[in-house]
Amino acid sequence: MEAPVIERPQQADQQLGVVDCDVHPAFSTPTELANYLPARWKAHVRDYAARSGNPLLGTLPYPRISPGNGMRRDSWPPNGGPPASDLDFLREQLLEECNIEFGILQPLAAGSMAFNQELGAALCTAINDWQIDKWAEPEPRLRASICIPQEDVKASIAEIESRIGDNRFVQIAMPPRTLEPAGRKRYWPIYEVAQHYDLPIGLHTGAFGYRPNTPAGWSSFYIEEHFAASNSLQTVMASMIMEGAFEAFPKLKIVLVEGGFSWVPSLGWRMDREWKRMRDEVPHVKRLPSEYMRENFWYTTQPIEEPEHNRHLYDILRWIGADRLMFSTDYPHWDFDDPRYAFKVPLEPAEKSAIFRDNAISLFKLS
Amino acid sequence: MSVLEAAKAVASLAGAIDCDVHPPSPRRDDLLPYLDEYWSEISISREVDVLELMSFPERTKPYMRPDWKSTGDPLEAMQKNLLDPLDLRHAILNVVSGAHAIFDPYLSAAICRATNDWLADKWLDRDPRLRASMLVPFQNAEAAVEEIERRADDKRFVQVLTVVGGELPAGRRIYWPIYEAAARHGLPLGIHAGGTYRNAPSHSGFHSFLIEDHIAHTQGFATQMASLIAEGVFVKFPELKVVAIESGVTWVPPLMWRMTKDWRGSRIEVPWIKEQPADIIRKHLRVTTQPMDIPDEPDEMEKALAHLLSDEMLLFSTDYPHWHFEGLEALPAGFPEALLEKVLRTNALSTYPRLGG
Repeated sequence: MEAPVIERPQQADQQLGVVDCDVHPAFSTPTELANYLPARWKAHVRDYAARSGNPLLGTLPYPRISPGNGMRRDSWPPNGGPPASDLDFLREQLLEECNIEFGILQPLAAGSMAFNQELGAALCTAINDWQIDKWAEPEPRLRASICIPQEDVKASIAEIESRIGDNRFVQIAMPPRTLEPAGRKRYWPIYEVAQHYDLPIGLHTGAFGYRPNTPAGWSSFYIEEHFAASNSLQTVMASMIMEGAFEAFPKLKIVLVEGGFSWVPSLGWRMDREWKRMRDEVPHVKRLPSEYMRENFWYTTQPIEEPEHNRHLYDILRWIGADRLMFSTDYPHWDFDDPRYAFKVPLEPAEKSAIFRDNAISLFKLS
Repeated sequence: MSVLEAAKAVASLAGAIDCDVHPPSPRRDDLLPYLDEYWSEISISREVDVLELMSFPERTKPYMRPDWKSTGDPLEAMQKNLLDPLDLRHAILNVVSGAHAIFDPYLSAAICRATNDWLADKWLDRDPRLRASMLVPFQNAEAAVEEIERRADDKRFVQVLTVVGGELPAGRRIYWPIYEAAARHGLPLGIHAGGTYRNAPSHSGFHSFLIEDHIAHTQGFATQMASLIAEGVFVKFPELKVVAIESGVTWVPPLMWRMTKDWRGSRIEVPWIKEQPADIIRKHLRVTTQPMDIPDEPDEMEKALAHLLSDEMLLFSTDYPHWHFEGLEALPAGFPEALLEKVLRTNALSTYPRLGG
């Protein structure tokens, strides 16, 4: 057995700049988004609320550990408003402090999870307008995600088409906790459009969904919920591979956001093993599942994996490939990763520039 | 592998304890002799016969080893295919049964009880190498405790068994009386792959394909372990061991790392947890070796296993009669030799106190 090793902190390369693939912009007031909604939906939200699978209206079902439902304690802007609601302070605390060259916005508002699908579509349109208006227009380092109401495929495609001329949108955002597993054919028209426009699809873990967060029902505690969230990303991966989505759309690019990555090698070994035995059941899956993983999937790094022996992270990095990982901070959430300290082992210069910058620059075509 | 190497591989397994062996699950005609008049009548008139789990059917052809197919007495086949050639010291029988998924809490209790009687009569009594897990109805904790008490004196039952995809997370207090009785009698909690479909097996509902259910079992094992830890089961029952059976093995380190990291930041939520979850997992969780999700290259395999930071967690298993390996090579080629003695025998003996006496 290896002895524990103490490694020095990792320094992100301050010359190069960093791409942060997971920034969460917030509303300054609870009604800020309503101003972007048509009158009908503005009244609807006021009178009936935006209903979703969250059992609690107005807070999270698993209360977080820090104030503001899981915010960094130092992230409240001095001029007021909630964390990440003030562009000037976000510039100062995130972009300048952490040398962020580009930040990808990942709005977590409930459009894609709204039970009322017409409302969901309207909310997604509003969130997309808001991302440009409040963030990407005044700050060119920030890039937007096309939020879509994925359960209504037609509306989703209309939303993508309407944004496609605006290259400040660099990916499509949909939640991993879809109503049906993400590989099901009902979602394929979205994938077809994504491949056509060469837009990656980012799937960010969510705090609630339509179905229990474990195969044995709902967990009791946040510590369980926070772990279980990564399972929704495993389902996205297994479902899309086993349904043959990458045979149909071989150039499709999927980014799994905020689910960790230490589970990726194990899941790959497992899928390969099962596929070798049971491939008759899925004859449309032509290649080893791990081959699709190597070509069609990327992973953001936060919350960074912390093996008990730091150097075991090297095994994980090697099994996944440094070309698949993209740095993220999750600003302004409590488990924020600072690019200067996140990796507890030193990386090779080539790995470092790939993970902190180059993979994202090339995937999202940032310039 | 040459004949000589193959012979050497088998020789090194001699005297092993196989912690996951499957008799064919009993049908109604098998169970009738062990059901009382009322439950016999019920099972006949209400067609309670085939009790396979939809999530984990016994009949899944790709997992049936052609050379292990048996038409005659299944015990004779098991002796011929497994117990004799591997020269096993013990084999633990696990019946994966629809008893876990029956909705009626009394019917499930009756089927569990009859299945255990059938195991004792048709299997344990006929080969002294055999041991068994007792089925207990998690749908009915009171009846589960009664069943444990009723059978506690029969030391050939070495563990209580459930499936990973249950009705509620395993740590919930409703199940604590089962754990109390199990711990008191030196019975680990065996959690086998398979689900009851009380809940969808994924965050996004039911899968199109059985292969996806198989893949998702690790989500179940990890979240069940997280539940047992978070709810404080191991604080309340410090002697209790959990055996994840047919779980795949390498899902464990990612769970250890993630839970330990999250616990540092969120332990005010679960103040009864005083140790880091990775240590709790090493102390209380055991995993059977077949199937194993791991790289083929011996060096890489060794690296993946080293992430456990423990040589006490792995328990040898074949998952007989399911097809995970050829011939008698029940451990993957290149499995670290330094682990062999512990994996084959010692770990099982310390996990299952009833095996020793």
